[in-house]
Amino acid sequence: MNSTAVIRVKDLKKYFPVRKGVFGRTVGHVHAVDGVSFDINEVETLGLVGESGCGKSTVGRTLIRLLEPTSGSIYLGNDELTHLHSKDLRPHRKKMQMIFQDPFASLDPRMTARDIVGELLDVHDGLTRKEKDRRVAELFERVGLRSNQMDNYPHEFSGGQRQRLGIARALSLRPQVIICDEPVSALDVSIQAQVVNLLAELQAELGLSYLFISHDLAVVKHISHRVAIMYLGRIVEIGTRRDLFENPQHPYTESLLSAVPIPDPKARRKVRVLQGDVPSPINRPKGCHFHTRCPYATDRCEREDPVMHDITSSHAVACHLR
Amino acid sequence: MTDISATELIREGPHRRTQTFRKLIAIPQAVYGLVVIGITLFAAIFAPWIAPFDPESMDFDNLLVGISESHWLGSDQMGRDTLSRLISGAQIALIVSLGAVGIGVLIGVPLGLISVYFRGFIDDVIMRFMDSLVVFPSLLIAVGLAAAMGGSLISVILAIGIANVPWMARVIRSQGLSIREMDYVAAAEAGGMSHIRIIVRHILPNSVSPVIVQSTLSMGYAVLTEAALGFIGVGIQPPTPTWGNMLQQAFPMLDQQPLLSIVPGIAIFLLVLAFNFLGDALRDVLDPRLKGVIH
Repeated sequence: MNSTAVIRVKDLKKYFPVRKGVFGRTVGHVHAVDGVSFDINEVETLGLVGESGCGKSTVGRTLIRLLEPTSGSIYLGNDELTHLHSKDLRPHRKKMQMIFQDPFASLDPRMTARDIVGELLDVHDGLTRKEKDRRVAELFERVGLRSNQMDNYPHEFSGGQRQRLGIARALSLRPQVIICDEPVSALDVSIQAQVVNLLAELQAELGLSYLFISHDLAVVKHISHRVAIMYLGRIVEIGTRRDLFENPQHPYTESLLSAVPIPDPKARRKVRVLQGDVPSPINRPKGCHFHTRCPYATDRCEREDPVMHDITSSHAVACHLR
Repeated sequence: MTDISATELIREGPHRRTQTFRKLIAIPQAVYGLVVIGITLFAAIFAPWIAPFDPESMDFDNLLVGISESHWLGSDQMGRDTLSRLISGAQIALIVSLGAVGIGVLIGVPLGLISVYFRGFIDDVIMRFMDSLVVFPSLLIAVGLAAAMGGSLISVILAIGIANVPWMARVIRSQGLSIREMDYVAAAEAGGMSHIRIIVRHILPNSVSPVIVQSTLSMGYAVLTEAALGFIGVGIQPPTPTWGNMLQQAFPMLDQQPLLSIVPGIAIFLLVLAFNFLGDALRDVLDPRLKGVIH
C-alpha cells in the first residue's frame, strides 16, 4: 500500500447490539459498518458516498473514536489507535478532527464564538490568554470570519458562518486529518460552494487530508481525489474520482450516478431507478447484499458474498460480474 | 436536525438573564411569588429587629388573646406573641427549604450528570438507586431520622433533602440526554477534552434550567413537608417555633382561639403558593415547551 498514507483502516467493523425485553437480552446486531478498509493519503480527499443509513457516518465517528470499533484496526501514521483509551488517545486526538453536518447542533449555544473556537486550545496547548486570543483571531481570518464577531453567540451567525466556526474549531489544533461528516448538506446550495471551496483552499494551504462523507455526488466529485461507495455497511467500490465517475463498475455505483441531476432541462438520459428499499442492516440478505435490488443479479449473487478485487491499480470493486 | 430544542436553544442570546427576568415579571403569578418570598426573606433576616416580642418568652397575663394592640396576631396558651413566633418560624421555613433543596441539588445534579454522560452500566446503577430512594417518602425518612437522632433542624433538612435527591437527578438527566447527543459534545470529545470538563462546560449549563424550576417547586414542597413533620411531632421540637409545631400546639386550642391555627396555616399556604407560582412561571419562561404540563 501507499507509504504516504496518513490514515489506514483495515477491516473496520461496528455492530450495535439490538436489545429486547426486561433484561436487555441481545437479540441481534445492527451491522452498521461491516469490514471497511481504506487508506487516505497525505493532502488527499477521500469521498465516502452512500444512501442514508448505509453506515458512512458511523465510519467517520468510529474512525475518530467517538464510537468504539467492534473489530478491525485504525492507523494514524504509524500509530495504531484502535485500542488506545482516553489518556493515551489524547495526544493523537490533536491530529484528527471532525466537522459536523448540523451547524446548529455543533456549536454550544451558550458560548461565544471566541470560546468555541478556542476551547480545544485550552485542552492541549498551555497558551497564555494573549497567545490564545491571537491564535483564535488567526483562525477567524483563515476561515473568512471577521474578528469583530468573536464575542457573538452562535445564533447571531448564519448557517454558513456557523459552519466556518466549526471548521475554525477543527483547525485550532493543527490537525493532519479532518473528518467532514456531511459538512455542507444542511446549507443552501449557494453557501455549499463557498464552504467546499474553503475546505479545498485549506487543504492546499495546510496540507490536510479529508474524509469527506456525503450523499451528494456532485459535491463529492468536486472536492474528492478518490471516492468510496458504501452500501449496507460495506464499501462496494473504491477508486480515483475519474475511475468512479467515468468508468463505474458496480451496478450500485451506476445507478447512483444515473440519479445525479443534470443542470440542463433539455438533457435526456436513461435513468436506472433502483427498485425496492435498502434491506435492514439487522437481517441482511445472504450473498451479495445488493442482489435484492440489482438488475443483473444471478444465482451466484444470491449465494456467494463477492470479494473486493482490483480492476486497475487504483480501482477496486466487490461484484461477481466484474 | 431542525427539531424544536435546537432552534429554541439558538434563539437564546447574550442578554439572556435580563430577558428572562423581564419575561418573568410580566407574569402576575411570578410577581406574587417574588413579593411573598421577598417579604418572608426580609422578615427572616431582620427577625430580631422586627419581632415585637421574644418568640419564646411567656406572658401569663395575656393568654390566648385575639388580635389586639400589643399582640397584632394574638398570643398562644402560654402567652407567647404569635407574630413574633411567625417571624421566627419564617427563618426555619426558609433555612429548611434552602438546606433541603441544596442537598438535593448538590448530590442529585452530579449523580444525574454522571449518569447521563457515561450512560450504560453506570447510568443503570445510579438511576435504579435513585428509583429505590423515591420509594421512601420524606415523611418516612424524617420519622426514621427523628427516631435515630432526635427531631432537630439537621434531621429535618436531611430528611427532606434526601427525598429531593432522586428528583434532581432525574430532572437533569432527562434534559441532559438530548444535550449528550449534541455534536458540540462530540466535538469536545473528539478534541480530547476531559470528561469532567465536558460535563461542566457543556452539559451542565445546557441542562440546568429545569433544575432551577424543580428547585423552586421543591422549596415550596419543603415548606409543606416541614410543617407536616412539625405537626405530627417528628420535626423541629418546641420551644423553637416553626410553622409546623405552631399548628400542632394550636390544634388543641382550636375551639378556644382559632386564630392560633389560622395564622400559621395562612403563612404556610401563602409561601407554598408563592414557590409554586414562581416555579411554574420560571418553567414557562425557561422552558416554553413544558407550558401547561402538570407537575
